[in-house]
Amino acid sequence: MEFGLLQQQMDTQRALRGADDNMGDIMVVGGGISGIQAALDLSASGYKVYLVEKSPTIGGKMSQLDKTFPTNDCSMCIESPKFIETDRQPNIELMTYTDVDSLEGGPGEFTVTLLKKPRYVIEDKCTGCTVCVEYCPAKIPDPFNQNLSLNKAVHIYFSQAVPLVTYIDETCLFLKDKTCSICQTVCENDAIDFNQKAEKVQVKVGAILLTPGYETFDPRPRNDYGYGQFANVVTSMDFERLLCSTGPHEGQILRPSDKKHPHKIAWIHCVGSRQVTPGGNSYCSSVCCSYTQKQVILAKDHLPDMQAKIFHNDIRSYGKDFERFYQRAQKLPDVHFIRSYVSVGSEDPETGDVSIRYTTPDGVVEEFFELVVLSVGLAPPKDAQRFSEVFGIELNQHGFCKVDPFNPLQTSRPGIFTSGAFQGPMDIPESVMGASGAGAQASYLLKSRRGQLSEERVYPEEKDVSQEEPKVGVFVCRCGANIGRVVDVPGIAEYAKSLPGVVHVEESLFACATNTAKAISDTIRDKGLNRVVVAACTPRTHEPLFRDTLREAGVNQYFFDMANIREHCTWVHSKEQEAATQKAKDIVRMSVARAGSLEPLEEFSLPVDKTALVVGGGVAGMTSAHTLAEQGYETYLIERASDLGGMANRLHYTLEGMDVQTFVKDLKKKVYRHPRIHAITDAAITHVDGYVGNFATTVKTKGRVRTIKHGAAIIAVGAVEYRPTEYLYGQSDRVMTLLEMESKIAQRDEALLAADSVVMIQCVGCRNEDRNYCARVCCSGAMKNALKLKSIKPEVDIYVLFRDIRTYGFREDYYRAASNQDVKFIRYEPDDKPQVEAVEAGGRSFIRVSAFDPILGKKLELDADAVALAAAVIPTPGSSELARMFKVPLGPDGFFQEAHAKLRPVDFAAEGVYLCGTAQYPKHLSETLTQSYGAAGRVLTLLSRDTVVASGAVCEVADVDCVSCGACISVCTYGAIEFVDTPRGKKAKVNAVLCKGDGLCNAKCPTGAITLSHYTDGEVFNQIDAALELL
Amino acid sequence: MAAPSEYKPVIIGFLCNWCCYGGADLCGVSRFQYPPYLRVIRLMCSGRVDLEFIFRAFAKKADGVFIGGCHLGDCHYNPEGNYDALGNSLVAKRILENVGVNPERLRLEWVSAGEGIRFAEVMNDFGAKIKSLGPLGSSEGRELPDLQAGLAAATQLVPYFKLVERERFRVSPRTEEGYQKFFAADDFEPLFKELVIDKLTMGRIMGALRSGEESAEAVAQKLGLDPAEVARQLHLLSQQGMVRIDGGQAVPIAVAA
Repeated sequence: MEFGLLQQQMDTQRALRGADDNMGDIMVVGGGISGIQAALDLSASGYKVYLVEKSPTIGGKMSQLDKTFPTNDCSMCIESPKFIETDRQPNIELMTYTDVDSLEGGPGEFTVTLLKKPRYVIEDKCTGCTVCVEYCPAKIPDPFNQNLSLNKAVHIYFSQAVPLVTYIDETCLFLKDKTCSICQTVCENDAIDFNQKAEKVQVKVGAILLTPGYETFDPRPRNDYGYGQFANVVTSMDFERLLCSTGPHEGQILRPSDKKHPHKIAWIHCVGSRQVTPGGNSYCSSVCCSYTQKQVILAKDHLPDMQAKIFHNDIRSYGKDFERFYQRAQKLPDVHFIRSYVSVGSEDPETGDVSIRYTTPDGVVEEFFELVVLSVGLAPPKDAQRFSEVFGIELNQHGFCKVDPFNPLQTSRPGIFTSGAFQGPMDIPESVMGASGAGAQASYLLKSRRGQLSEERVYPEEKDVSQEEPKVGVFVCRCGANIGRVVDVPGIAEYAKSLPGVVHVEESLFACATNTAKAISDTIRDKGLNRVVVAACTPRTHEPLFRDTLREAGVNQYFFDMANIREHCTWVHSKEQEAATQKAKDIVRMSVARAGSLEPLEEFSLPVDKTALVVGGGVAGMTSAHTLAEQGYETYLIERASDLGGMANRLHYTLEGMDVQTFVKDLKKKVYRHPRIHAITDAAITHVDGYVGNFATTVKTKGRVRTIKHGAAIIAVGAVEYRPTEYLYGQSDRVMTLLEMESKIAQRDEALLAADSVVMIQCVGCRNEDRNYCARVCCSGAMKNALKLKSIKPEVDIYVLFRDIRTYGFREDYYRAASNQDVKFIRYEPDDKPQVEAVEAGGRSFIRVSAFDPILGKKLELDADAVALAAAVIPTPGSSELARMFKVPLGPDGFFQEAHAKLRPVDFAAEGVYLCGTAQYPKHLSETLTQSYGAAGRVLTLLSRDTVVASGAVCEVADVDCVSCGACISVCTYGAIEFVDTPRGKKAKVNAVLCKGDGLCNAKCPTGAITLSHYTDGEVFNQIDAALELL
Repeated sequence: MAAPSEYKPVIIGFLCNWCCYGGADLCGVSRFQYPPYLRVIRLMCSGRVDLEFIFRAFAKKADGVFIGGCHLGDCHYNPEGNYDALGNSLVAKRILENVGVNPERLRLEWVSAGEGIRFAEVMNDFGAKIKSLGPLGSSEGRELPDLQAGLAAATQLVPYFKLVERERFRVSPRTEEGYQKFFAADDFEPLFKELVIDKLTMGRIMGALRSGEESAEAVAQKLGLDPAEVARQLHLLSQQGMVRIDGGQAVPIAVAA
């Protein structure tokens, strides 16, 4: 009753409101990758989002990066499809070049005042044609290229910018002294408006998400390592731009002083990070080790004869696949990683080379390098202080956003959340999972408003082209220099014109830029194209974008084919330009041949079962389940053990001093008592059937087998502790794992507290041949236990034997604290591991640990009363069976493999199945929490919908040809095909809803009666024939 | 710089979308280099590769055919289509051998979406192999039209092969070992010969006769078969009323069509 009344009131209110009264559900402040992801998730879950960005385009720091570690994906290529998605999403109101001014109200009813800066360009009028840019006489350093090249005072921020409109920089001659207004004259659309003033806009929203990201540490004020003084000392962000094909020299690495290729490059780690000196940051910036390795690998690829020296402290390859990435960089010829502090000496006035002094076993050496790259750290965003004042949120001691350790996405003020690097230094996937997680939390706050302000996207009606001859349009993308520099793009375009059915051919710099995508749909309409081939990159990332472009043009999206001339051609044949051009022509010809025979297909709407199933009842599973249940979704939580809690049952305190047991007990209570969570313990999953939106999972418990229907699943099965076989573990009571030591400390175990000397050995059971990865949590675990022991018994001697201390992020402070409390750190090499020996001497029994101390240069013997082994975190047994049942992959180390290392960190490639917690990779509790909220957020985007769309590329049977042999039925384990009675007898029939489009039946059918649409025999024959046409 | 006359093989590659195509993408992303011989056709599953695709590619003078799928057990689809790809390729290799195409020109590999480097290794290795074999027919020492005639005969029999495969070549359990064992078993060879190879040989002999060959010897030479085998088949064909043996000459009996 009451709800109905409320609804009515809201409806009336809405009717009274004008269309443009700036009412939204959530405001996301900061349009980097984290803000974009949050806006996309929230808008997909039925909320209206305001996305506010201070610079002229969304994209953030990620858009400036050349590649991303550890896969070396092209950063812009994977990010820009999200720009277009943002642009096309009707529930995202994008406000660029806009600052936040003030805030009033509280959760559910915030009023944000924004300050829209003058672009001096009317956004709605600008077409992005860039004629004004051509004519503008004023050259200014290009901020997108780190001021390493020049741009015009009026320009588009970068080629793929969204919105793709120009803006006029304050250095404009008109704005300075009114001496020029040529842009106004040449603009055919009258889009230039010098009278624009900063404009205040008020927006009402229910919740706010702060994603302002970070700044790179600026070495200029302190003149670190000669930056700003010596031309050939650049920051790593400068170097990203130098590497990039859209950078200042189109991907040629040219050093600033003389624009020559440097052949000898030095990288210096930890610039501005891990420092307690004034002007530096005490924390570790988390990402620099891996990005430096990336830059080394890429630079070596650009300059095969490059010699490189990388001066580092600990190498912190703590993330998934980082260790292998490090090894890849290390193995490169003429690349040397050197563990040494350095100082920059001088600049050779003749050559511009810069000298670096570093220590070697033989003493200090001074060496000249042609280019020096400073691996600068991450600093809080410039606006952090102002944000704190405007939004009334607290910052931490480092100037980043202060968050609740048990909910890292919550700021100190209710209704205001944060994700991304504003929380502290982190990499892209963490920013993305945090975005989805913060979205889930904001969504909880606003759950009663879901769907009220949002609207569906409307496409033009689809044109019937069945009676037309194929009219193929071919769009050849240069992808900046990625394609254009290797193959002859004009030649390919010219060749495409000669192909049968082709009526239009066009080249573009970036086919994926918003304006190009829009231009393509205009061209389709104007030229009456009914088939489209885009010769560019891989359909695995960009097909959805271009299919959408066809829909925008009113053409069935299955009339599209992608010719992959980048991943499969220019990137793999970069040194054989002629052959690569020939191959690219062949690929285009195959694609055109295929396009000619494509058929229009209908997609299916499948109902979504609004129930979730979460596998694994640890902190990850419980958090996800609770988040979903709180938003009204029935959730089944399946746990193998007889109680919830998982690994957290064995944790007592965090590095930051939080009480884990109280937290877990509270969480368990909330979960057990929640009316919408059905926790099933002592349970095993025996079978999984179905597909996105409609799964049926069989769960076996003692004496009962049941099948649960659900629309989405989250895999949160966690990880387990490795059981050491080394260092006398299991043979002496004095040797224990770090986790066991934690329990003993928590229980105030007498034997342990009696110990006068404790040795911790790091990297036990990982970073070796068997497990080539870092378990991420053990270094912090050692600090945590060392500090705890010291606080209980200050006089205890603690030695930590380590390979690299990997206390990334703010955890570095605890490393320093341990060191200050006289915990001794002794580094060992993997080929000279510590030796342990149980000794009885002088009426005392102890463990003698011997290890070589590289600083003292001699072997040490430590007589320890207790030895703690940092045992690896390893995948949960049974992961592979579960992976098989859910049709999701495991990575090389046995952890579950997400859909994309950077941008889909909690999704699987298989739709409807998500991932969180240590099942994905070892991680800290706070990271697990973030990821669990993230997985729940992704599930919400699915379960909030009534239907999901299933591909039209499914099978169908031509009755006439079916001989009722049943070959198709026996091969299809989806049960999508069955016999039905027809006037012509028993015939096979496909249930399109169940068909997954693998096409096995097509390959088995002896009479060709069953056909997989979009991959028909005819279409494949055309491709084969076209490929071999010239032979 | 390559000489213009340098032999550049063409390999048709059928890659499954989920694993091998992803591996090829990652290979590109990682800039691992391999020779520019491959022409990729993307399919959703390696099990979609029809025998006819393979024969057609060779008939159109492809120098090699590559099929790339997910590792066994990791197929994206429930029915584990990569096992079907495995079975299919084992059948295809034997048929290719019979019609005179070196079966090494067909290769099946499992490459996951994370194995960019492996994709490059496979392509480098297979590329070198095909290059060393030379253009189709050269290493075989056979005329191209003869190979094409054999492939045409094989293509005609694809519907029949599919029926035989379904009825008689059911492998259980579906494991890699199961497949290798099944196809290497003692009783498989005669069964395969009877059900597949004999039919194919008959088809090829009929083809040769129709194109004007007359004596068993000539037919045998043209098809690269043992004359005694050809004589045996001709005898069978005459019993079936397909051929008339007339004074040492075999004459196909025209069938009204």
